[in-house]
Amino acid sequence: MQFRFAHLSERGLPVPPNARLPRLASLLPLALGAGLATPVLAGGLDLSLELPRLNVSEYHRPYVAAWIEKADNTVVSTLTVWYQTRETAEGHGTKWLKDMRQWWRRTGRELTLPIDGVSMATKPVGKHQLSFSEGSKALPNLAAGSYKLVVEAAREVGGREVVSVPFDWPPKQATTLGAAGKEELGDIRLTLKP
Amino acid sequence: MTRLSSFRPALLALALTAAAGVAQAHNAWLLPASTVLSKPDWVSVDAAISNSLFVADHAAMRLDKLVVTAPDGRAVKPENLTQLKKRSVFDLNLEQAGTYRISVVNQGLFASWKDAAGQTKRARGSADTLAKDIPADAKELQVTESLGRNESFITVGKPSALKPHGSGLELSFVNPADATDHVQGERTTFVVLLDGQPAPGIDVDITRGNTQWRDKLGERTFKTDAKGQVTIDWPEAGMYWLDAKTSDDKTSLPQAKQRRLSYSATLEVLP
Repeated sequence: MQFRFAHLSERGLPVPPNARLPRLASLLPLALGAGLATPVLAGGLDLSLELPRLNVSEYHRPYVAAWIEKADNTVVSTLTVWYQTRETAEGHGTKWLKDMRQWWRRTGRELTLPIDGVSMATKPVGKHQLSFSEGSKALPNLAAGSYKLVVEAAREVGGREVVSVPFDWPPKQATTLGAAGKEELGDIRLTLKP
Repeated sequence: MTRLSSFRPALLALALTAAAGVAQAHNAWLLPASTVLSKPDWVSVDAAISNSLFVADHAAMRLDKLVVTAPDGRAVKPENLTQLKKRSVFDLNLEQAGTYRISVVNQGLFASWKDAAGQTKRARGSADTLAKDIPADAKELQVTESLGRNESFITVGKPSALKPHGSGLELSFVNPADATDHVQGERTTFVVLLDGQPAPGIDVDITRGNTQWRDKLGERTFKTDAKGQVTIDWPEAGMYWLDAKTSDDKTSLPQAKQRRLSYSATLEVLP
């Protein structure tokens, strides 16, 4: 039952609203457990990012960007960008990339989208798991120091929210840090893997 | 507003010449629907002279002196340009990445004198036309020169540098992004130029828009330092009106004793 709904939501299909919350609650320990059980071969980051269900009359999937900043706010890399990649009557979704204002200003306007392996289509309500290996395009090798994971979500005809998680690199051991959004973002979890 | 009481007829004529509101009676403004775009797009711009800031409650701005400059320096032709009763509008098709500048420049001379019969006469125009209009026997001749500029900026994608006009009062930017990159809680440092040179000691007034929905204008005045720089903080998001004035004696007509210079810019501050 639960996995059937998960399957629907991954394909962007509507999920019965009542089935949503219990499903997430029951999947959470499973997802975290799975992450820790994976054999560690290279350093990297796991990111769990929740898009909450919102009770609004007009809902569009949020545009989301997650990136890593240094202490001086300079961007090390954009981990992921979710936007409307398909053509509609109003055109391509790049028009609204600027609504992720902080990301746009810090780095977005310097980039050309789509970016292979970084930008992708918007995602439905739910928890999304992402994994990044150090040295990849999305996550270049990080010099030792203090960083910040920043996640920004902006929704058409909706709100905007920025959540950040400070962390130090490299980690001595696998560590999970978290933060929670209030409106447009839910639970944000960052697992540092040495 | 109390400013209306200082509205003498001579100044009224002058204000009509120089939409920048030399008489300080009204605010002249250009208002783009948005100043930051992530892809080439159309943007509508309003232009008016009003009492309340960014509310078209007085008169349309005349746009025969409108110049829109693309990032590559070429002129962009405004589309659907229409002068309504209280507001002018136009669309811009912004196709290039970079920073666009929208400028309305009002430059002119205003003269008043008494003729042989003691009647007051007035004329306005350029130095050439006034030289013809003013008779040799004009008495009590008063000539004032004005140069006012209203501006706003729109950036598509990555900001690009703007070349200063080099004449009159204007704003220039330490970094290209400073034309449109204003964020609540942050500061922007501008350089005020007079005839292309940094201008110290100029008062720069900053007012957040939609003054009709609050009791106090909340106008704040900053002064440029020795390098002509002024740092503005942005306590709240919104559309802001920056306004600076000065005067000097660098007139283009010997009979004009004073040159009045004004500059205004509409700047968007994002949350």
